[in-house]
Formats: sequence, C-alpha cells, structure tokens
Amino acid sequence: MTSLHLDWGILFEESPTGDGPYWQLLLTGLKWTLATAMSGWLIAVAVGAVVGVIRTVPSRWLSLLGDAYVEVFRNIPFLVQLFFWFFVLPELLPEAAGSWMKQSMPRPEFFTAAVGLGLFTAARVAEQVKSGIQSLPRGQRNAGLAMGLTLTQTYRYVILPMAFRIVIPPLTSEFMNTFKNSAVALAIGLTELTFQMKQMVEYSNQVIITILATTVLYMVLAMAVNRLMAWIEHKSRVPGLIAGGGK
Amino acid sequence: MIEINNVSKWYGEFQVLTDCTTKVQKGEVVVVCGPSGSGKSTLIKCVNGLEPFQAGTITVEGTSVGDPKTNLPKLRSKVGMVFQNFELFPHLSITENLCLAQEKVLGRGHEESMEKGLKLLDRVGLKAQAQKFPGQLSGGQQQRVAIARALAMDPIAMLFDEPTSALDPEMVNEVLDVMVQLAKEGMTMMCVTHEMGFARKVANRVIFMDRGAIVEDAAKEDFFGQPRSERAQTFLSKILHH
Repeated sequence: MTSLHLDWGILFEESPTGDGPYWQLLLTGLKWTLATAMSGWLIAVAVGAVVGVIRTVPSRWLSLLGDAYVEVFRNIPFLVQLFFWFFVLPELLPEAAGSWMKQSMPRPEFFTAAVGLGLFTAARVAEQVKSGIQSLPRGQRNAGLAMGLTLTQTYRYVILPMAFRIVIPPLTSEFMNTFKNSAVALAIGLTELTFQMKQMVEYSNQVIITILATTVLYMVLAMAVNRLMAWIEHKSRVPGLIAGGGK
Repeated sequence: MIEINNVSKWYGEFQVLTDCTTKVQKGEVVVVCGPSGSGKSTLIKCVNGLEPFQAGTITVEGTSVGDPKTNLPKLRSKVGMVFQNFELFPHLSITENLCLAQEKVLGRGHEESMEKGLKLLDRVGLKAQAQKFPGQLSGGQQQRVAIARALAMDPIAMLFDEPTSALDPEMVNEVLDVMVQLAKEGMTMMCVTHEMGFARKVANRVIFMDRGAIVEDAAKEDFFGQPRSERAQTFLSKILHH
C-alpha cells in the first residue's frame, strides 16, 4: 500500500485553461455557483410564494392551476427540465424568439440554469408555503376578514407573516438545495464549481485534492446559508411564542 | 338591524341550518344557546358572510349579506366579531393589532388609530399591556383585547361566538364584565354563549337552537320562566343544575 501523499501546492500551479492558477479556476466556479443559486432562489421564493398562496384561496380554478404547477415541476428530474429549457424550448418558440435564444441571448447557460433552477425549486417552496398557511388556525383568516380586510389584505398582513415564519426551517433546506442542485447545470455547460472541479481533475490528475477542495467550498456555502437563515429566524421571532426559534 | 329570514345551509348533503328566522333590533342583546353541533356558531358566522348560505336572506341595516353584489369587506367593517379562540394576530403587538384594520380598512391615520386603540385598551383595563404581544397575555386578557380591537372599528353591532368557551374558569368573569358593560351602553349584540348568568343579566331575548333549527325565540323572562319546547327545558335543566 502506498501512503497518501497530498500535494496542496497544485492549487497554485497555472492551469492550462488560461484561467490562471487552479485555485482561481475553482473560484470562478464558485462565483457561478453562487450567482446561479442566488438568482434561482430569488425566483423560487417569488414564484413559490405565489403558487403556494393560490393553492389555498377559495377559487377552484386557481388552486388547480397551482396544483398543476407543483405536479409538473416536482415530478420531472431537474436535469430533464434543464435540457428542456436549453434544447427544446428554443425549437418550440416562434422563429425569431427561438433563434434569439440560440444565437444572441447573453450567457445562455447561466440564464437557463438560474431560471430553470428557480422554477424547479419554486414547486418545492410552494409546497412549504401552502403547508405553512394551512397550519395556521382557520380562525385567523376569519378574524382578518371579519374586520373588513379584503382577502388580499388578510394574506398580506395576517396569514403570510406567520406562515413564512413557520416555514423558515424547511425553507432553509430548500435554499441549501439550490446550491447543491446548481451542480446539475454542468450538463448544459455552465462553468460552475462542479464543472471546474471536473476540469481540474482532467488537467491536474490530482483527484483527491481537487475533490477535497471542492467539498470544502460547498460546505462553506451551505454553512453560510444555514447561518443566514438562522439569523433571519431569530430576527423574526415572535415574542411570547415558542415556535420560531425561541430561547 | 339584523334580519335573518328563512336561512338554510348545507355542507354537501348535510343540512346544518334549517329555515332559521329571527331579528335583532337596534340596541337589543340577543343570546343564542343550544347544544354543541346545533348550528349556533354557523348561524352567527352567516350574519357577516364568513359562512355562505344557500337559501334565505340576511340583511344588516338593509344590506343583503348573501347578495353577490354586496361589498362584504365594507359590511364586515361595520359589524364587530369576537371569536372563541380570540384570534389576535400573534406577530403583531397589542397596539398593532388594534390599529391594523383602522388604518387599512377605514383609512385612519396612525396617530388617530393609536389614540382610539389606547382609549379602548384602557376601557378593558389593559393599557399597561399595550407594548406586549398576544402570546404574552393570558386568555382573558387576549379576549378583552379582541373586544377592544373590534370596538376600534366603531361597529354598529357586535357578534360574539362563544367568547368565554376557551377560557379558564377564573378568567370568564373579566370578559363577561366587559360584555355586560357594553350591553348596558346600548350596543346591539348577538352572542352565542352558554353563560346563562350573562343572559339573565343583560339579554333581551334568548334563542334556543337544536339540530340547525331555531326551536325557541323568546323574551328572556319567558325563556327562563317557562320554555315551551321540551328540548329547551332539558337543555336548561342540564346546564343550570351544575
């Protein structure tokens, strides 16, 4: 058995890709992972909140629409969804829009990955938001309506502020998932962290160091997200309630 | 002021209200009682349109509740409602609870709402709790805040849906005291409650419901003196002997 010899110096060697030293190669990947996951998350929260809410309103038509969204986006593998947006959508669109997507859209891998990730994660956020709303006592909605608030105002001022507090813990895992799932975008050529990791493995032959370094970077990201969400949970804690990160 | 005419309501096949007819005059206090599942809470929730009904009409000061053209939020802003489980908004402080609908529904300024809210809070004896959150108050205190919150809208009538049923026994009276005071000031009130002491003290009329129907609708003296229906007699003997 050979003893494990790790040469961390490899990180400072020049990579043949023209990106500078290997550590910089990984850093570029980190940057794209961060950009994709963060934009995806913003889209996911915005779309997911809307879809989650319409699944709870007293309109059959709207809740069916919301249910359909969740079914479609939750039941198809994310990789397949990405391929659909990247390769199929341009063919289905009208000629002009399709060729714009294929030829002139800036950074097509990034935008496709961010939007695709956002729409995929939105289905999961919607599920959390819906269950958060449904976990509130029904009397809260009645109390808002009974005072003369419209249904929209009741959601805005009464239901959603509590529902979001309740779902912070499950949303934390969804937020962390956007970082992990963004690695799938390597399949459409986005130079995110996992893509760069593969490149470095190929050029440097230092499999162990490369994967260890990448692992550390992903873990740092996940821990940062976790801390951020814990901070939000603490800040939004309601005095007198146990739920929401009490002492 | 509140007129309920031949109201019936079904949940699917199951009929929860059958042909209910009654009215509440201005300044009148009407107590609705009856065994659980008799439809009292459902009936009172029909009055401000929180529960839809399929037959009959309800009008509040001439406005039809069941009419799809009726501006329900506007009508509800004039009818205060107090719930069994208080339903204060836990993420808002007591003053924010008192101000929310005044500002968002009536369009009052923040200072005016605050002044009004604090005055009513003082009236229910809780001015010292203004900065707290609902979770930091006892049940009785929360229910008194809920009454103040409803009064802040200057309602023309108040609906009470079992306001003391979720309270510990020692807190029932502090809430009833506020309600008695309100009744004495001439507020129009419709109260679903089992508190017969309250009914004896301030009610003008008592309605007894059973299986979704109004079985008895009588002046207080007649109801407690000689209820006509056997069902009401049994009910009274059960709750008065303990």
